[in-house]
Amino acid sequence: MTTARRRPATELDRVLSPDTPHATALAELLLAMADDEFVIGFSDSEWTGIAPLLEEDVAMSSLAQDELGHAAALYALLAGLTGTTVDAIAYDREPAEYRHCRLLDHGRGDWAMTIARRYLYDSADVVRLEALVAGSWAPLAELVGKLIREERYHRMHAETWLERLARTRGEPRDRLLTALATLSTDAGTVFTPLAAEPALIEAGIMAAPFTTLETEWRASIEPTFAALGLPMPEPVSDPGRGRLDHGDAFRWLWGEFTMVRRADPGASW
Amino acid sequence: MSEAATQMGIARARAGRPPAVTAQNVRAALAEVTDPELPMLSVVDLGIIYRVSVAPDPGPIEIEILPTFVGCPALELIKTSISDRLSRFGRPITVSATFEIPWTSDRITPEGRAALLSAGIAPPSASATSDLIGLEPRVPCPYCGSRRTHLENLFGPAQCRTIRYCDDCRQPFEAIKPV
Repeated sequence: MTTARRRPATELDRVLSPDTPHATALAELLLAMADDEFVIGFSDSEWTGIAPLLEEDVAMSSLAQDELGHAAALYALLAGLTGTTVDAIAYDREPAEYRHCRLLDHGRGDWAMTIARRYLYDSADVVRLEALVAGSWAPLAELVGKLIREERYHRMHAETWLERLARTRGEPRDRLLTALATLSTDAGTVFTPLAAEPALIEAGIMAAPFTTLETEWRASIEPTFAALGLPMPEPVSDPGRGRLDHGDAFRWLWGEFTMVRRADPGASW
Repeated sequence: MSEAATQMGIARARAGRPPAVTAQNVRAALAEVTDPELPMLSVVDLGIIYRVSVAPDPGPIEIEILPTFVGCPALELIKTSISDRLSRFGRPITVSATFEIPWTSDRITPEGRAALLSAGIAPPSASATSDLIGLEPRVPCPYCGSRRTHLENLFGPAQCRTIRYCDDCRQPFEAIKPV
């Protein structure tokens, strides 16, 4: 974990309003991160009640609860910046307005798909969080410090299962290979460049551009993939559209998670 | 609290008057508010009380708490319980959450750790700085004290807990996640 000291928070740093310096740039970053956590959280919650093992039913439900909590905290920062509410951001958008990465557009699939997706996302998310934890905007840097402590458990869980599936010859390994092949060119979309990146880096909110972070991420997972004899994810095929053009699996999920809100517009979390 | 202050507090309580609004009395009141998911622990023993500010009369009492987990579903309930308990001071109450510093499992007090243990929940081992947290094998069984226990599940019935198993008394048990 990085120990770089962050700039002491000034009163201005803490203010959450559209007048916050770099509010537009922050909003783009927060929306991408929050939508990632929201979509993977909702997607994983689909295992509640039907996971392959009781232990995993508990684990996936708890993971989903963590991720939805992370999403809510990030949406709350965003809501402060844009003058709206958490529920409005989470539930009142059309599917095309969500900015999660294409990696998470893949539905939960079978267990191997869920594990492959989780491993790829968790390993990338931790690199992204490390680049933000020493950032200059205190509300985000502080939240990220807390998120890192929780995400460590997620990574251990995904890594344990990745190994288990990869080392079990036959169906488990075959299914894992199929899942990794399906996700291969979308794995790096977590690091899709944002228009706001130069502003975020200049303001000291983010330590490095996403292209640099993607290189770091690939270096971080390479030893595990090599040890397990798994093919590394390929480069993203269309990097400019990594958080756009959501597919049918997401539109279906959107229908599920907005169902209550649409049926009862006053409902809240 | 000094003997004189205690006597004064008792006298006020007998007279049906609200307790004196001091940070000390507010903290004492907070020690009576329990966590909804770990009811053997007060919010003070759980270590989530970060700041207690008492403004001069008739100003507000302001409490800042540290969420144990970002998505803790009990947070709103805890805020309400704190407000309810402090309302008898007769001042405006605000309770807010902050991530200014992260809550860590090291913040649970020695009294809190003892209360967890007697309720059959293993208190957290020293805080988490390596990737081996949670897989650390020496969490003693809260029932028989054996150190021959192993991790069953990194995740448990609440965000703050893991599930372990004692190889000696053959009981599954819950342990607070070191975080």
